[in-house]
Amino acid sequence: MDIKSAKYYKNGITGKACGIYCTIDDVEVAVPLDPANTDYAEILRQVAAGTLTIADAD
Amino acid sequence: MSKAAELAALIGSGQAQGNKNFIINGAMTIDQRHDGSSFTVVNGNSTTGVIADRFRVNEASGAEFTAQRVADAPVGFEYSSKITVSTADASLGSTEFHRMIQPIEGKNISNLNWGTSNAKTLTLTFYVKSSVTGQYYISVFNNAADRTLLKGYTIDSANTWEKKTITIIGDQTGTWLTTNAVGIHLMWSLGTGSTYQSSTLDAYQAGFYMAKSDQVNLAATNGSTWQLTGVQLEVGDVATPFEHEDVGTTLAKCQRYYETLLNHNGSFNVIATYRSGTDYRAQWIFKTEKRATPTMGGSFSATITTTYISTQMASYYKSDGDFYGSATLTATAEL
Repeated sequence: MDIKSAKYYKNGITGKACGIYCTIDDVEVAVPLDPANTDYAEILRQVAAGTLTIADAD
Repeated sequence: MSKAAELAALIGSGQAQGNKNFIINGAMTIDQRHDGSSFTVVNGNSTTGVIADRFRVNEASGAEFTAQRVADAPVGFEYSSKITVSTADASLGSTEFHRMIQPIEGKNISNLNWGTSNAKTLTLTFYVKSSVTGQYYISVFNNAADRTLLKGYTIDSANTWEKKTITIIGDQTGTWLTTNAVGIHLMWSLGTGSTYQSSTLDAYQAGFYMAKSDQVNLAATNGSTWQLTGVQLEVGDVATPFEHEDVGTTLAKCQRYYETLLNHNGSFNVIATYRSGTDYRAQWIFKTEKRATPTMGGSFSATITTTYISTQMASYYKSDGDFYGSATLTATAEL
């Protein structure tokens, strides 16, 4: 799975980080912070492996 | 056994009842992502390797494939999922492989009692057609990929639909999840490197394997094809006729894992919008509750943010102006 340009985003109302914007296999997506979501699980795996960094939210 | 006794036995086992197929979209009826269009599968593809819904090609070698749901099927079916080798890789490295797979959600297999002494036997039926004859294997493995059952089948005639029936005994040990994670992986090997090969057949073993060493490498020759349809996995050791369910039922089952929303003239086709001052909010209420909180896809203007995602809905927020988005929004909760 090719994940690029990962960056947290905030809930527009609460101002708290609630997901990650990134591209997966060149498709732009928003990934929720749910361990049962297989994309988020893969993001965590790549971060742990040191191959992916998630930028802070604006 | 008389026909009446056979019927009584089937009813008693649950086989003669509806909704008997653990496989979703076994007739390849639903193709939400591509609607019959072809696409390329290369090394590293993940959910983008889905052909017909719930059936995914995983490619991890130097080969490339063209994948497509096609209107070519045996009598009684309309579609099949077809894989065509577009770039050959005749010599697979030890960890390289290609495969077709359907992960089955744990919540759907809780009645099988796998991992206990009451583990139920399953029967797998499918139709397969390939330009390459020879020995092939299916693999049944658990979520942790530490328990595997390998079963072989042969393709006897090139470019001819063949019906295969395979008995899958239940595993009395190991952990087979009954949660919203994968309960059972069912996969068809299309070529497997030595790391994932085992000579142990017809019995569960520790570890993760995909085939025996004599498995055909479909990618050995450019232009080779392999097709699959009519997949049914049911309780018991008797293969019953394929359960053709109505398209709405199959679509709803598929939408637990993937759902699309088409927009209209560049605007969100949402069920409701809300405005407070210059703030706009919109919600997409999913037709089917998702397995897990889904990944949201689609292109947005820079100022639109996804503010909330649950298994039932997604909310969007824009500080001013109208919403607009891509032609198709997606919610993905694949296993």
